[in-house]
Amino acid sequence: MTLLTICLLPWCAALLLARLRSATAAFALAGACALVVLGLLGQMAQAVWAGQTLQSSVAWLPALGVSATLRIDALAWLFATLVSGIGALVILYARYYMDGDERLPRFFALLCAFMGAMLGVVLAGDLVLLAMFWELTSLASFLLIAFNAPDRGAVRGARAALAVTGMGGLALMAAVVMLGRAAGSFDLATVLAAGDVVRADPRYPWILTCFLLAVFSKSAQFPFQFWLARAMAAPTPVSAYLHSATLVKAGIFLLLRFYPVLGGTDAWFFAVSTAGAITLLLGGVAAVFQHDLKGLLAYSTVSHLGLITLLIGFSTPTAIVAAVFHVINHATFKASLFMAAGIVDHECGTRDLRNVNGMWRYMPLTGSLAIVAAAAMAGVPLLNGFLSKEMFFGEALALEGHDPIALLAPLAALLAGAAGVAYSARFVHDVFFNGAPINLPRTPHEPPLWMAAPVAVLVLLCLLVGLIPTPIIGAPLAAAAHAALGGSLPSYSLALWHGFNGPLAMSALALVSGVGIYAVLMRKRALHQRPLPDPWGYRQFERLLLTLARSGVVLVRQLRGDRMRLQMAVLALAAVLAAGWPLLGGGFEAHLPELTAAIPQGGIIVWVVGAVFAIAATSARNQPVTVLLFLGAVGLAVALAFAGLSAPDLSLTQLFVEVATVLLLLLALQRLPVEAPPVRSLGKRLRYAAIAVAGGGGTGWLAWEAMLRKPPAISDYQLANAVSGAGGTNAVNVIIVDFRGFDTLGEITVLAAAALIVWAFLARERAGVLGRFQGSFMLPTAVKIVMPFAALVAVHLYLRGHNLPGGGFVAGLLLAIGLVLEALALGSWRSPHARPVRWLAAGLGLALLTGAASLALGYPFLTSAFGHPVLPVLGEIPLASAALFDLGVLAVVVGATVMLILAFAFGREEGKK
Amino acid sequence: MTLELMLASQIAILVACALYCLMRGRLFDVIVGITLLSYGVNLFLFAMGRPAPDKAPIVPAHGGALSPADYVDPLPQALVLTAIVIGFAMTGLMVALALRRKQADGDDAGAEQ
Repeated sequence: MTLLTICLLPWCAALLLARLRSATAAFALAGACALVVLGLLGQMAQAVWAGQTLQSSVAWLPALGVSATLRIDALAWLFATLVSGIGALVILYARYYMDGDERLPRFFALLCAFMGAMLGVVLAGDLVLLAMFWELTSLASFLLIAFNAPDRGAVRGARAALAVTGMGGLALMAAVVMLGRAAGSFDLATVLAAGDVVRADPRYPWILTCFLLAVFSKSAQFPFQFWLARAMAAPTPVSAYLHSATLVKAGIFLLLRFYPVLGGTDAWFFAVSTAGAITLLLGGVAAVFQHDLKGLLAYSTVSHLGLITLLIGFSTPTAIVAAVFHVINHATFKASLFMAAGIVDHECGTRDLRNVNGMWRYMPLTGSLAIVAAAAMAGVPLLNGFLSKEMFFGEALALEGHDPIALLAPLAALLAGAAGVAYSARFVHDVFFNGAPINLPRTPHEPPLWMAAPVAVLVLLCLLVGLIPTPIIGAPLAAAAHAALGGSLPSYSLALWHGFNGPLAMSALALVSGVGIYAVLMRKRALHQRPLPDPWGYRQFERLLLTLARSGVVLVRQLRGDRMRLQMAVLALAAVLAAGWPLLGGGFEAHLPELTAAIPQGGIIVWVVGAVFAIAATSARNQPVTVLLFLGAVGLAVALAFAGLSAPDLSLTQLFVEVATVLLLLLALQRLPVEAPPVRSLGKRLRYAAIAVAGGGGTGWLAWEAMLRKPPAISDYQLANAVSGAGGTNAVNVIIVDFRGFDTLGEITVLAAAALIVWAFLARERAGVLGRFQGSFMLPTAVKIVMPFAALVAVHLYLRGHNLPGGGFVAGLLLAIGLVLEALALGSWRSPHARPVRWLAAGLGLALLTGAASLALGYPFLTSAFGHPVLPVLGEIPLASAALFDLGVLAVVVGATVMLILAFAFGREEGKK
Repeated sequence: MTLELMLASQIAILVACALYCLMRGRLFDVIVGITLLSYGVNLFLFAMGRPAPDKAPIVPAHGGALSPADYVDPLPQALVLTAIVIGFAMTGLMVALALRRKQADGDDAGAEQ
């Protein structure tokens, strides 16, 4: 319950804060939220330090094995305390940093949302929940960096951060899914215990790759380090909170959290320590040459994150202890340094190191605090940074087994140590001494006391940990390291003095050489003249974005509607390849042609007719009307093929649809003038012909193969039960109106929808008059004679449909054709019977009612009933409720067909509105 | 020439002609191509139902047990039947879209609005 409160409280606060207007109220609420969370964590401290794991769980997506589990052990507790503790200090700081800014409530809302997301990451006891909160931290970070939008730097920095960390989020999701599969559960505790299984899993390399992508992008490891420098466009409290103390530590947290699961392998060692070492050196060197105060701190953060990553890469128990220790130390001194930098920026109006000099005279208090913090960053004895840096040097020296790295590691550590001293020296000397300020926008003075207070608290912590480490930090550090290792704790000593040894010598050497390097570089202010080092990564990132955008434009141009020919070719080719690949690769066995069925009478003639007219229809030289007639001939051949091959229903349907289609296309043609066919070279035509032949041949081959196989059909059941189950002997009709009636309901709905769309498109002037048949004698007379017969035949076809070829579709088509002819003969849409909307409505309504009736009687939707009542005079007649449904089908088909064709006949003429 | 070969080759010819028309890129040819393609696809679906002459799926009214081998498969027929009708509606829709597009192009060219 407490865990849930900790996790949800910041979100509730964020929602409330977004509504607030008053800065004071917002400050009080945000501060109270952070303090309450901190207090709740304090209550748990004893239990957690003793090695207990507290957990609370709510079912979330049980079907997927995902639950909203929250879990706290010493490692999670440590990070949660850092998040809420530094959060509280940052809120106090921001209150004065952004004094008078009306956006303060919104700022605090975002800050609290971030706090909630970050607490979620560290407290999540379920992998999916973890990935979700991870995404939320990226989003919160994006919003906070972009806080000063539309400032260009803010927008670009936010975009870079979101792109990089968003990519990492996707990678984490992939890693989580694979990890959950490999471990057999998404539950964190189960996964943590399944390390051996996961490391032996064949997916391990993929899991590790995705996981490290996520971690490195979040913690600004090489090659993703550039986004952190760009993120400095955020207001300074955000930089202090997110981009030094907490957000960027989320990656570190994950590395530590999953060290027992994924760590300990060679792949882990090489990947993690290489990335860490490169980042450590790159960041350290880049930091020395920055002219922006926050830029210097950003690159030093990159460097320190690299150091922690390198330690985790070392994969020894003592290295993990050192990593956890340095996480705490770095958070305290770096947050205070950022706050100090913010004070300087706030009071001077600029944070350019070339202008901001000699601040000691103006703000001695801030100066002394900043100097202590910078000394901690440099690793000066008696401060916390010294202790963890000693441990780092010790680890680098103790590394064995991996030969080149064992030699390189101490060297790299020493170099990075010297660089750390150099940029710390620059921070202190350049800002507070080094002559007098140059061209400051305003005269600096000490900040309000409450603005310096958070810095003082953090610096005090640096001192206390540095002087008396064991009483202050011993218990939580031991517990957290124990939790991170997932096993026994190694022996280590937090003492200030270990005698004269290797690490101490390295520390001394780093201090001396670091100060020396800085002194040489800064001689006669030479460092101020140096151009900024090329921020490797950001330019490449921008270029990548540009390339993506450009290729998008190219792709759109290629795929646009006016390149239909190409699209069709690509579609056809893709289909051929997709189908051909398995067909060719799947060990095709040649089947001897076997005579399985006799060819019906005249089959060859039908085949020839179909083939010849299909080919003739492709010629572009024919008149459109001729092509339509050819199409009709092909359709008739298909209808005949159906008739010859035991599909009388299909044959009838095809026949009537053919008539309707030709009618529709002829009517449409008079409004759609056909432009001249495009002239194409022979080569192009051959190329397209080759694709067409491949597609057609492949389809035919597929059909051939399928026909030779003759698997058992599911419809054997339907054949056997047509009479007993549905009271009809025409199995096709029974399937349509009964067994698969729900399908049919969907299909007639589609039909109605298509007709209505065409109607809405074309038939705005529904009273229009078609001139062509006016004054004609033949058509009206013929219609008068034919119409009653057509209607009669339609009724007959409908009535017998359940038992013999016929049914609603066929009858509806026939009736519709009659009605269309009548309307054409009358020359008006308003013929007495062609009211397509009414037909549609009545048909759909009837079909639905038939289905609903069975619901009302307590059966599933569309259950049919049938009987054979014996009526006087007529004798026994079959009666099935499905017949009513079929009547609905009939009506819809009539309405849709009439509507479709008449829309083209009487629809609005182009040009008129 | 067996029945299967006839059907398969007819399907092949129809689909090939349809694809060739589609790739000409003229609106009218697209309509012709889609129509031919729907013939081919309908035949293909129909061919999956072990087609044979004189085995129409009309079962005896009061017969008891029956042998499914005496009838062609009715299920593909039912599917194709509705597909034919829907294909007609889709043809209409496509032509209507083509008309609308032409009208829109005309409006743009005339710059009346």
